[in-house]
Amino acid sequence: MIVRELADKLGLEAVAGKQGMEKKITGGYSGDLLSDVMGKAPEGCIWLTVQGHQNVIAIAVLKEMAAIVLTGDHEPDEDTIEKANQENIPLLLYPESAFVLAGRIYESGIGKTG
Amino acid sequence: MQEKQADLHIHTCLSPCGDWDMSPKNIVQKSCEKGLDIIAVCDHNSVENAGAVIKAGREHGICVFPGMEICSKEEVHILAVFNTLEQGLIMQEYVYAHLPGQNKPDYFGYQVIVDENDMVIGENPRLLIGATTLGLKDIVKKTKAIGGLSIAAHVDRKGFGLISQLGFIPPDLALDAVEVSWRISLKNAAKNIPGIGNLPCITSSDAHFPDDIGKASTRFIIDLPDIQEISFALQNINKRKIKV
Repeated sequence: MIVRELADKLGLEAVAGKQGMEKKITGGYSGDLLSDVMGKAPEGCIWLTVQGHQNVIAIAVLKEMAAIVLTGDHEPDEDTIEKANQENIPLLLYPESAFVLAGRIYESGIGKTG
Repeated sequence: MQEKQADLHIHTCLSPCGDWDMSPKNIVQKSCEKGLDIIAVCDHNSVENAGAVIKAGREHGICVFPGMEICSKEEVHILAVFNTLEQGLIMQEYVYAHLPGQNKPDYFGYQVIVDENDMVIGENPRLLIGATTLGLKDIVKKTKAIGGLSIAAHVDRKGFGLISQLGFIPPDLALDAVEVSWRISLKNAAKNIPGIGNLPCITSSDAHFPDDIGKASTRFIIDLPDIQEISFALQNINKRKIKV
């Protein structure tokens, strides 16, 4: 599934990096400790976090992620939006918790192996 | 020029996690025993006990800087260290305006305000252990505007450290220095934590108990014990430096 399809399906609001909405999502990761995400997130994933700091974009680029979702009504810093646009990393917003969103994403088929 | 031994990260009994014995007199006495010339009082998100330690320090010839260990919204701990209590109080006002929550002493610990004679004069009701709603950049910017130093606390640690929380040190963050804990010697800090890059590095105790005071400290070659001189030493200019 590509980022645009998932965003439409689950009502994720794209606030930056819209050039990257055609990227394919091949997995998921959830976490707010960026050193942990940097070490463990899989390539091509959609990443759920509350961290709006600009470092999230650098990490998404490094790990070749498909998109970032800020959950729980958290907002990105201004320079985070700027960097997401520069790097074409879709930055999406979701008002409910990462727990709820992760469940819905999983249900939609992403991350299911068997 | 003189060599000054400095421990720039000491908590008092105001910090909910700080021991009751971290009173102004005890802190100053222990600092003397450990041969410290300069200390900074850095309680969580508050400067309310710094004045008392400054006064207690005066009697024993210890220079005390007022400071705070501020928790950013990213849950990164950052030290803001000032020359004067007035500067510290301006920063405190800014921090308090962005610090939600009430303390529950049974869960988080008591937050005791004392005077220079170790007399209890009150209790701070705020949730000092909590995170502010301020971004790191806001904190560094405000600290600089008031004339203080911004030092990223214990960057070698897995909890509340800049590198653990944000993965790496944002290159555009105008830090004056980073701090490593007693777990790492200053000599090996940059080698062991490549993320420090070229930032000046100090080490301090982060003492919550009297016996921990001076467990790690930094030797500054400076002319006078003040923030300007420390800043020169961090930048290695005007013959001021950190002695490793």
